[in-house]
Amino acid sequence: MSETPATRAASATPPSVARKIKGLSDRAIAWIFVGPTIFLLLAINIFPLIWTINLSFTNFKANRIGREVKNVGLRNYERILSDSDIWLNMQATAHFLFWTIFFQVLIGFTLAYLINKKFKGNDLWTTIIVLPMMLSPAVVGNFWKFLYQPQIGLFNYIVAFFTGKEPSSFEMLGSVQLAPWSIVIVDTWMWTPFVMLICLAGLRSIPDYIYEAAEVDRASKLRQFFTITIPMVLPFLMLAVLFRGIENFKMFDLVVQLTGGGPGSTTELTSINLKREAFEKWRTGYASAYAIILFVTVFGLASIYVKALNKVKER
Amino acid sequence: MSNFFSGLMRLRRGPWEMLATILIGVGVFMLMQPFALWLYTYSFIVTLVGTVMFIIVSHFKE
Repeated sequence: MSETPATRAASATPPSVARKIKGLSDRAIAWIFVGPTIFLLLAINIFPLIWTINLSFTNFKANRIGREVKNVGLRNYERILSDSDIWLNMQATAHFLFWTIFFQVLIGFTLAYLINKKFKGNDLWTTIIVLPMMLSPAVVGNFWKFLYQPQIGLFNYIVAFFTGKEPSSFEMLGSVQLAPWSIVIVDTWMWTPFVMLICLAGLRSIPDYIYEAAEVDRASKLRQFFTITIPMVLPFLMLAVLFRGIENFKMFDLVVQLTGGGPGSTTELTSINLKREAFEKWRTGYASAYAIILFVTVFGLASIYVKALNKVKER
Repeated sequence: MSNFFSGLMRLRRGPWEMLATILIGVGVFMLMQPFALWLYTYSFIVTLVGTVMFIIVSHFKE
């Protein structure tokens, strides 16, 4: 009998192990393999979630372990959902989410479309474009903080060159009007390459013969773009939006490094506010309720998004 | 429209998922809109109902 990979693997199993699993069914062996993963999933994801839900109904404070924990019912939820400051944080998050996704999809798709055209130095440009994505958010935050400096920052000088304004006449990180846009610019700079890579994968998955058939039918380039390119890249684009949407909803490090949530609380996104409640004010029960509200929102959005994605893929 | 309502009555997945999706969308809009605080106050319950409904109705028959 010829030797197959399966027989080779079986013969390599130590005799003591082979004796132990000999009497087990396929189902039992499958459980042995899957069991550790399920255990980890329960321990790392499900248990903390249930614990957080439980804490959200209490006045527990993590810095006062010995204190009596009282059940406060829905009071934490009531306070969060009637707090106008948290409402403003939600609006800041919505502004950040909408504009970062809008610019990243627009610029990412355009770059992918251009890179997909075969030209000299194509690979080099791809590498250069994806560089920002590989940097640490802390490094990017510090780096852009220098660029945004009103006195010496390159960004202000470039804007001054095009607008004729004095470079030191505006402060990107210190102005209430400009600070929300400054974080949008940095996130777009950092994560557009990610969207570009996903779009590029989509564009490269379109077979050439479809375009050739369209050429034979004398379809114009514009028609080809809207009836072939866009529909076939759409599932990839939607995936990119899903990834960036979830990631930006919990954006923390980059914004903390850049503005720390300021000036005032104009760039205080929900995750920054949540961290303040949980680890600066130590209102653990309240912060748990806050986290559950955010979790339900992201979970709901992700559910409908995955459904939409499946529908697009079925077409 | 009548198909939608008859699907709801016969507990079919499509229309119920549509309803859950609308609830989630409205809830998220209410959470992040800058117009009225009372909309923000009721946003969570709307999103929660939509999300739980979505999980349940995705097990209904097509």
